[in-house]
Amino acid sequence: MASYSTNEFKGGLKIMLDGDPCAIIENEFVKPGKGQAFNRVKIRNLKTGRVIERTFKSGESVEAADVMDVDLQYLYADGEFWHFMDTDSYEQQAADATAVGDAKLWLKEQDMCQVTLWNGVPLAVTPPNFVLLTVAETDPGVRGDTSGGGGKPATLETGAVVRVPLFVDIGETLKIDTRTGEYVGRAKD
Amino acid sequence: MASQADWRPTASPAVLKLRATLLARIRRYFEREQVLEVDTPALSCAAVTDPQLESFATPYHGPGERHGRTLYLHTSPEFPMKRLLAAGSGSIYQVCKVFRDGEAGALHNPEFTLLEWYRTGFDHLDLMDDLEQLLRDVLDGILPLASVHHWTYRDLFREFAGLDPFTATATGLMNLLESRHALVPVGMQDATLDDWLDLAMTHVIEPQLGNGLVFVRDYPPEQAALARVRPGNPPVASRFEAYLNGVELANGFHELTDAQEQRRRFKEDCARRERLRLPAVAMDEYLLDGLAAGLPDCAGVALGLDRLLMIACGAGSLAEVLAFSFEVS
Repeated sequence: MASYSTNEFKGGLKIMLDGDPCAIIENEFVKPGKGQAFNRVKIRNLKTGRVIERTFKSGESVEAADVMDVDLQYLYADGEFWHFMDTDSYEQQAADATAVGDAKLWLKEQDMCQVTLWNGVPLAVTPPNFVLLTVAETDPGVRGDTSGGGGKPATLETGAVVRVPLFVDIGETLKIDTRTGEYVGRAKD
Repeated sequence: MASQADWRPTASPAVLKLRATLLARIRRYFEREQVLEVDTPALSCAAVTDPQLESFATPYHGPGERHGRTLYLHTSPEFPMKRLLAAGSGSIYQVCKVFRDGEAGALHNPEFTLLEWYRTGFDHLDLMDDLEQLLRDVLDGILPLASVHHWTYRDLFREFAGLDPFTATATGLMNLLESRHALVPVGMQDATLDDWLDLAMTHVIEPQLGNGLVFVRDYPPEQAALARVRPGNPPVASRFEAYLNGVELANGFHELTDAQEQRRRFKEDCARRERLRLPAVAMDEYLLDGLAAGLPDCAGVALGLDRLLMIACGAGSLAEVLAFSFEVS
């Protein structure tokens, strides 16, 4: 089984910790002049998304996590799984609700998403940074109001609710930043 | 990842100037104190035996060595400086580059500048005062010393980690660090009590030291290194560490002068290196001979000059105070 020594630690490295796949965010070398060296590491648990700090005795090895990020096209959801496809090989992957998580609010058919595979199975789904989604429901638009102040909630085709300016109407397509869940603007067509 | 700016210094011109200022002030301080500046070899036939220090080894080929011979870059100039002392040099100091394999990070660079000095007739307590005075002189108008605190190693651990390092066990420390400080380290199966104490020191105590100068003294005999051990209950090593603004800055000893005891410690180091599967190194017989000939009663300290500069200019990493950090050296 592949493993990494603490000397190989750096941001982005995927390792197994307490049975979960994790990604190293930050690695700090700590050593007293006349003492034992340690690596103080900030780690993201890729299953839960939680960031924790752990210390490793320097020189130790840890198991590598078989984690891979791939770009897949989102196809459809069947109520239990969300299906993605590799546009080169046409190979399909089914991600469950845990893997999809909050990304489900931004998944639009045919959009390319980053899917994190652990041992070949989807572990997490990251939607594109910006998506174009149509407004399914909102209060009637107020013409001429371009102030952007205040705003109102709008429900998008995916079920996501975002705050939008007062002038936005049902049926309009909006550009949304999925990292913050914020309205960016109206889609230019 | 190469970028176009890679050839440029990692330190700013202002910091390079400050380095020169600190160096000039250090030399002025020792001139006034009548401590002699010396220059000893960086390449040595023998290496440090301390299992926590790894020397760079390099082969020499040339006159006198037809088949090549391993030489070591020194991790500190301690051994040849002690030979000078044994030869009657009187108090001496040196500013030099030292090399430590395997150490790189915000507070570590595989090569760095050490200021090391020895005062004959001093013990570790006198030398702590000397160090404080040097810092006041060198940092005058640059960085005021917010405060000066003195701790024994034992009281420091009692105060900041809630444990007695002289009675603690590895298991006891493990449980305490987990329950009280949520510290669950990986890879400590074969850790010694000293490893656990180092972990508590770096992860629990150092972050609480705050600004100012903090002296820690009277270490457990297992951490004596090259300091003499004073008998007592418990016996303690006449060793001190100085922390400036929470960063380990200097390590000093009331120097061990007993050649037999020194040889015993070197042998113990070598045995530990073997257990840890670390490279075997030859102990420095020249040093042992020098000690046998008679090292005068003295105290010595090594101070990380790059770290001092880093703290003086408020930088967060050594790279900012090195003309060229390790990555672009």
